[in-house]
Amino acid sequence: MPIEVNGKSFETDEEGYLANLNEWEPDIATAMAAAEDCDLTDEHWDIINFLREYYEEYQIAPAVRVLTKAVGKRLGKEKGNSKYLYELFPYGPGKQACKYAGLPKPTGCV
Amino acid sequence: MAIKKFMYINRKAPYGTIYALESLEVVLVGAAFDQDVSLAFIGDGVYELTKGQDTKAIGQKNFSPVYSALGDYDVNKIYVEKESLEERGLTLDDLQHLVWEDEDEDYAEKDSIRLVSRAELADVLDEQDIVLSF
Repeated sequence: MPIEVNGKSFETDEEGYLANLNEWEPDIATAMAAAEDCDLTDEHWDIINFLREYYEEYQIAPAVRVLTKAVGKRLGKEKGNSKYLYELFPYGPGKQACKYAGLPKPTGCV
Repeated sequence: MAIKKFMYINRKAPYGTIYALESLEVVLVGAAFDQDVSLAFIGDGVYELTKGQDTKAIGQKNFSPVYSALGDYDVNKIYVEKESLEERGLTLDDLQHLVWEDEDEDYAEKDSIRLVSRAELADVLDEQDIVLSF
């Protein structure tokens, strides 16, 4: 089902992940989040931006465990735990944050 | 869950068949289960780790950057067979420099690739609980 943002239509897969990574723009994340009753804060954006950088470099969406570790290293130990990440992304930090970031679902994520 | 020693053997060139990519996917999925994971690259499999891969002309995704993420997944025992490299006129310098970060030592970067002889690799394989060949 395509998602409408700023008058443009973007193709997504059956689970709502953006079909073409390169089409991503920040307003898409905001729109996807709004559809799930989630207001994006700076803390959310930190994770979303991190995921996009990670994908750019490694060509994969990281598993939650890897994301947690990397967040701890880059944003501070107090944020590098699953409690913090699940508070931000209650549907699962991997699944939900990757979706907002325009990435595919993480490998190994069902 | 008891921890088992898993070895994934990679023996094919990266493109042309699906083996290399499938192996990598299985490794990443398996790494989520906290097992003791090793990878071995032998025969044409050593080409999987070469740097500077460019797949534009064959219209496939270049998945070689994924190997450098293995360290994040605690996959840091990557055995490369010396004879296989030599037979193809390659050296370690032709391969990506793969590292992992040791959290216990303030994220010190350590090498993941271990260059081993055919005989040494045979000993490593002997120690494994499960060996999967791709």
